[in-house]
Amino acid sequence: MTTLRDWLIDDSPASPMQARLGRFYRIFGALMHNPLAVVGAIIILVLVLTALFAPWIATHDPLRQALGERLLPPSAAHWMGTDELGRDIWSRVVYGARITLAIVTLVAVLAAPAGLVIGVAAGYFGGWVDRILMGITDIFLSLPKLILALAFVAALGPGIENAIIAIAITSWPGYARVARAETLTFKNSEFISAVRLLGASSLRVNLGHVLPLCTSSMIVRVTLDMAGIILTAAGLGFIGLGAQPPLPEWGAMISRGRSFILDQWWVATMPGFAIILVSLGFCFLGDGLRDVLDPKSGEQR
Amino acid sequence: MANNNTTTAPAQTRRAGAQSPGRRRLFSLLGFLVTLGVTFIGLLAITFFIGRIVPIDPVLAVVGDRAPVAVYERVREEMGLDRPLAAQFVSYVGDVVTGNFGTAVSTGKPVIEDLARVFPATLEMATLGIILGVLIGVPLGVIAASRRGSWLDQGIRVVGLLGYSVPAFWLGLVGLAVFYAKLKWVGGPGRVDIFYDGVVTPITGLILVDSIIAGDWEIFRNAVWHLILPASCLGFFSLAYIARMTRSFMLDQLSQEYVTTARVKGVPERLVIWRHAFRPIRVPLITVIGLSYAGLLEGSVMIETIFSWPGIGNYLTVALLNADMAAVLGSTLVIGAVFIGINKISDVLYRMLDPRAR
Repeated sequence: MTTLRDWLIDDSPASPMQARLGRFYRIFGALMHNPLAVVGAIIILVLVLTALFAPWIATHDPLRQALGERLLPPSAAHWMGTDELGRDIWSRVVYGARITLAIVTLVAVLAAPAGLVIGVAAGYFGGWVDRILMGITDIFLSLPKLILALAFVAALGPGIENAIIAIAITSWPGYARVARAETLTFKNSEFISAVRLLGASSLRVNLGHVLPLCTSSMIVRVTLDMAGIILTAAGLGFIGLGAQPPLPEWGAMISRGRSFILDQWWVATMPGFAIILVSLGFCFLGDGLRDVLDPKSGEQR
Repeated sequence: MANNNTTTAPAQTRRAGAQSPGRRRLFSLLGFLVTLGVTFIGLLAITFFIGRIVPIDPVLAVVGDRAPVAVYERVREEMGLDRPLAAQFVSYVGDVVTGNFGTAVSTGKPVIEDLARVFPATLEMATLGIILGVLIGVPLGVIAASRRGSWLDQGIRVVGLLGYSVPAFWLGLVGLAVFYAKLKWVGGPGRVDIFYDGVVTPITGLILVDSIIAGDWEIFRNAVWHLILPASCLGFFSLAYIARMTRSFMLDQLSQEYVTTARVKGVPERLVIWRHAFRPIRVPLITVIGLSYAGLLEGSVMIETIFSWPGIGNYLTVALLNADMAAVLGSTLVIGAVFIGINKISDVLYRMLDPRAR
C-alpha cells in the first residue's frame, strides 16, 4: 500500500500516466479532507447508482396505477406513500433519478463543449473574433436564465427534449467566459509558443494544449451549475413545460401533488426532498472541487 | 458583472488618462450607453428569434387551415412575413419601442396594458423580499466570516447552499401548507382576502402604498398579512446569496493588515468587524444586492404561480400554458429589460461609489 502511494505522489513521475494518476490521487486526497465534499460525492454516487439500478431499488412499478390505493400515507408497504392514481411515490422518485441524471448529463454534454469552444476561440484569436463572440456571450449572460429558458420552451413546445435544449441554450455563456479567461492566461506562455514554433496549426494548439488546460475550471463550473440546471428542469416540469406525464419527473410530481398539499402533504413534499438532496450534493461537491482545483477563484459566484 | 468592471475599468482610464475629467466622464457615459444599447438590441434579437422558431404558422393561426392559397398569401403579405428577415426585425424593434407588443390571446387586451397592470404586484413582492434578504443576509454573512470555521459558520454555509438547492415552488408550497394551513400565521394566496379585492382604487398599483393613500389601514394590514409569506420565500433566495457573498467579502477584509493593526491597537473585536472591516465592503455589496434584486424578479415566476399572485410571473405562466406568444415575448422583454436595467444601474453605482473605479 505504501509503495503504491509513494509511486503515486512521486515528485518526478516516469511517465505521463504516472503523473496523471498522481494528480488524481492528490485531488482525491484533498477532497477527502473536506467533509462537505465527501458528503456531496456520496450523494452523487447514490444518485448514479439509484439511476442505474432503479428496477431493483424501486419496490413497485412507477407507472402502475392502483386506484384502490390512492393517496395512502407513508407506510411499510409504500415508503413515501402513494399519489392520486395509487402509484408508489418511492418508486417514482427512484425512477425520477434517471430523468434528472439524464437531464444534467445532456445539458452538460451540450452546453459545456459549446461554451468551451467559443471561449477558447475568443481568447486565442482575440481582436474582432473575441469582441463579437464575447458580445454575444455577454448579451446572453445579462438576460435572466429561467425566463429565457421558459420562452425557448414555449416556442419549441413542451417536452423533456426541448427543455434540455432550452436549458443548454441558456447555460453555455457562463462556460464561454470561464474558458476565455483560462485561455488568456495560457495564451502567451512559453510552452504554447514552443508548440507553435514546432509548426502546430492553431487547431492543434487549441485542441491539444489549450482545451485540456481549461478542463479543471470547466469541471468546477459545471458541477456548481448542476444545481441550477436541476432546479430549472424541475421548474419547467412543475409549470408543465418539461417532462410530460406519466414520466416520473420530480418537478412534475410536485405539480401533481400541489392540489393535495394540505391533506396529503407527502405527494408534493417527497419529490422536493429528492431535488434538494441532489442539488445540495452537487453544490457540496462543486464547492469542494473548486477549493481543490481552482483555489484562486475563492467564493465568487 | 463584477468581472466586467475589473477588465474594462483599467483600459478606460488608460485611454482617457490624458484628457480632462469632464471628457473622460463623457466618454465613459457614451461607452456605457453603447453597451446598454447593444444589450437591449441583443435582447430584442433573441425574442425576435424565439418568435420565429415557433412551430405554429402565424398566418395559419389567423386564416385557419382551410383557407385558399390566395387568401393565405394575402394575409402573409399583410403581416409582413414575406419581407426579408432584417426588414421584419427593424419593424419589430419599431413596434417594441412604440410600445406595441401585440395582443394577448388570453385577455384580449394589448400586452403592454396587461404588463403595466401586473408589474406593480411583482415589484411589491420582490422589493419586500430583497429588504428581508438584506436585513438578514448581511448580518449572517458577517457573523459567519467573524467566526470562520465554527459550527455557526458551517450552518450559515449550508443555509447559503440551500438557497441554490431548494426549488422555489416547493418552498412556497410547503410554506403555504405549514404557515397558512396549519399554523394560520399568515394569509393565503392572492394579494388580499377576496372580500377586500378591488376596494382600493389602484393609483400606483402597489397595494401597500395605495391603501395608505386611501387611508384604509384594514386593507393595509390584510395586504401585509398576505405579502409576508411569498416575500419571505423569495427573500430566502436573496438571503442565501447575500450571506454567501458578504461572508467572502468579509473574509477578504479580515485578512488585511489594517485589521491586524486595529486588533493590535486593542480595538474591540466588534468595532474591528463593523467599523473597520464592514465599511469597505458596502460598495461591492451594492452590486450583489442589485444582482440579487434582479434575480428575485425572475424568481417570482415560480413563487407567484404558487401564491396566485397577480404579477408578471403568473401572467407569464398562464401565457406559456396557452402558447400565447405575444404575451410570452412581451413578458420576457419586460423582465429582461428590467433585469438588464438593474444590473447596469448597480454597475454605475459601483463605479460612482468606489474611489478606485472612479
